[in-house]
Amino acid sequence: MNKLNGAQILVESLIKEGVEVIFGYQGGSVLPIFDVLYDAPIKFIMVRHEQGAAHAADGYARSTGKVGVCLATSGPGATNLVTGIATAYMDSIPMVALTGQVPTPMIGNDAFQEADIVGITRPITKHNYLVKKPSDLAHTVKEAFHIASTGRPGPVLIDLPKDVSTGIAEYKYPDKIEIRSYNPTYCGHPGQIKKSAELISEAKKPVIYAGGGVLTSGASRELIELAEKTSIPVTTTLMGLGGFPATHPLFLGMLGMHGTKYANFAMVETDLIIAIGARFDDRITGKLDEFATNSTIIHIDIDPASISKNVKAHLPIVGDVRCVLTELNKIAQPPEITSWLKKINEWKENHPLTYKKGDGCLRPQFIIEEIGKVTQGKAIITTEVGQNQMWAAQYYKCDYPRHFLSSGGLGTMGYGFPAAIGAQVGNPDKIVFDIAGDGSIQMNIQELMTAVQYKLPVNVAILNNQYLGMVRQWQELFYNKRYAHTSLAMSPDFVKLAEAYGAKGIRVTEEKDVRQALEQAIASPKPVLIDFRIVEEENVFPMVPAGAALTQMIDSLA
Amino acid sequence: MRHTISVLVENKFGVLARVSGLFSGRGYNIDSLCVAETDDPTMSMMTIVTHGEDKIIEQIEKQLNKLIDIIKVTDLTKEEHVERELVLIKVSTENGRRAEIMEIVDIFRAKIIDVGQKSMTVETTGDEDKLNALINLLKPFGIKEIARTGKIALGRGTK
Repeated sequence: MNKLNGAQILVESLIKEGVEVIFGYQGGSVLPIFDVLYDAPIKFIMVRHEQGAAHAADGYARSTGKVGVCLATSGPGATNLVTGIATAYMDSIPMVALTGQVPTPMIGNDAFQEADIVGITRPITKHNYLVKKPSDLAHTVKEAFHIASTGRPGPVLIDLPKDVSTGIAEYKYPDKIEIRSYNPTYCGHPGQIKKSAELISEAKKPVIYAGGGVLTSGASRELIELAEKTSIPVTTTLMGLGGFPATHPLFLGMLGMHGTKYANFAMVETDLIIAIGARFDDRITGKLDEFATNSTIIHIDIDPASISKNVKAHLPIVGDVRCVLTELNKIAQPPEITSWLKKINEWKENHPLTYKKGDGCLRPQFIIEEIGKVTQGKAIITTEVGQNQMWAAQYYKCDYPRHFLSSGGLGTMGYGFPAAIGAQVGNPDKIVFDIAGDGSIQMNIQELMTAVQYKLPVNVAILNNQYLGMVRQWQELFYNKRYAHTSLAMSPDFVKLAEAYGAKGIRVTEEKDVRQALEQAIASPKPVLIDFRIVEEENVFPMVPAGAALTQMIDSLA
Repeated sequence: MRHTISVLVENKFGVLARVSGLFSGRGYNIDSLCVAETDDPTMSMMTIVTHGEDKIIEQIEKQLNKLIDIIKVTDLTKEEHVERELVLIKVSTENGRRAEIMEIVDIFRAKIIDVGQKSMTVETTGDEDKLNALINLLKPFGIKEIARTGKIALGRGTK
């Protein structure tokens, strides 16, 4: 048998799990782990704030489908991960967060840099562990990766007291793991799948409403097959973008609060909603009492708790989206829906997504469309949160799964830039663009140094309107234009800031310079930050006000 | 409606915190919660009494099942089951009505397990109604302290 110290066991176990990269930050309690990592065959990306490590691991996971790993020290290091862990939890992202902890005899004594991170993260992790002895380590790591990546994925935290990292134990990595209380259902019930095929064939006005589960289970191809076979139009959630090609004729765009009018019209009039890996979140349904009142609902999801939580499903199918769709595709028959499709196409023609053009103003929608053109729609897009996120969702035509990364559930400002770093690490040959706002980018701007240090040519498009735009929009619409504390007129010179970090900064104030700036950014081997000075009071439309029904969409300021 | 949910869990530290955290975090009610090791020391049995609409109870069951350390969740309310609760009541005897109290204790087949100068402590087990009835009858004498275990329950052996 092989005797190793805890840190060596940890790193050996990570290697066994195929971990290629860890995002993290040093500290007292993790010194023994870093000492082993120093010459281990695992790439280490040192961020400049632990929140960045968690988001980068998340971006890596979303863009590659692998488990993202982040590492921070005890106390403040661990608590700085919290927002990133919660972000991953809300969006079901597989992640393993490793935290240092004070030595076991000191736990509970308010020791220096002690925090009960297991207690703190209990409600925002799929599961978490405090490892109490080195001999538990290998097994715990195996379980953690298994739990993080299977079923409905999610973050798992392992808390590692310093004496566990330095203690000696025999190392043998378990080949298999069995957890008697954890057995996710993958195959859907055949009877339920058969019934859903019957409902589909009889539907007059069906809609497929697809979410992040399509991406998680790698079911894009199966989804396209179902849609094409049945001619049923597809709308996706923010999390589902890329799960169905945006340029596909059956695509309705995103639905919900800032969804397209035609997607929302379809959701209102439909007689059959086929919900696939989506969870009827409040940003999707609007006012629940008036949501899909005339519709039968088929709900496919791997998490039984997502079914009938917000909206009652008439036909629940618990299972992995890909497994279920594979079976469903074998028996699904096209319904007779010619008049429905005609109606939808009329909606599409009469109510397209639009914005004001030709007045010489620089508008964010135009910039996003240009990013799509310049990158031929092949870039990995990350977003921050707010107007930038919604414009990106509306105007960037994402055709590929795992190419649109956004904090959907938690809505974390500051997510996009570190996530872009993680995505670039996982996809060195792809163009990565963070579509940011002038507010969000400042929440993790320090990671510019990380991007520069590791030569990651991440591009940031700051849609700079000198406001916390989305909140300002709500103030304009619902608070009598009282712009309480949403002005960002006091902001740094982003170009100089980029240059101070050793990145490239470009300022664009006019439409005609957009294309060239984007091309320059893509060609640059350095990280590039473009400060787009856009119209200040541009709004995201259409919009369903919070708590209103999907029929009550605001189009513009009347 | 009230539900009695029995939850078989891994006997590990932190499991109770996971369960109670789930209830508080999602705004579910806990009327009572009992937990102790089973005959298999790797497992514990929890009996949780909760109340809420059917939709909430369904979510409670599903969310409990999602916790990794939870082995089995059974809503006993849906099936034949037996349930018991134990109570200790320290009742005042300062008013000189000791005999009356003992009469009530007899009728309920309860036991007196401690007698002091100014009080005695009554123990009984039973269902909630019986315990409440006894408590109500002893109230006029002056209840000094009371401790209830909360309900424990098992499905009937007819299955």
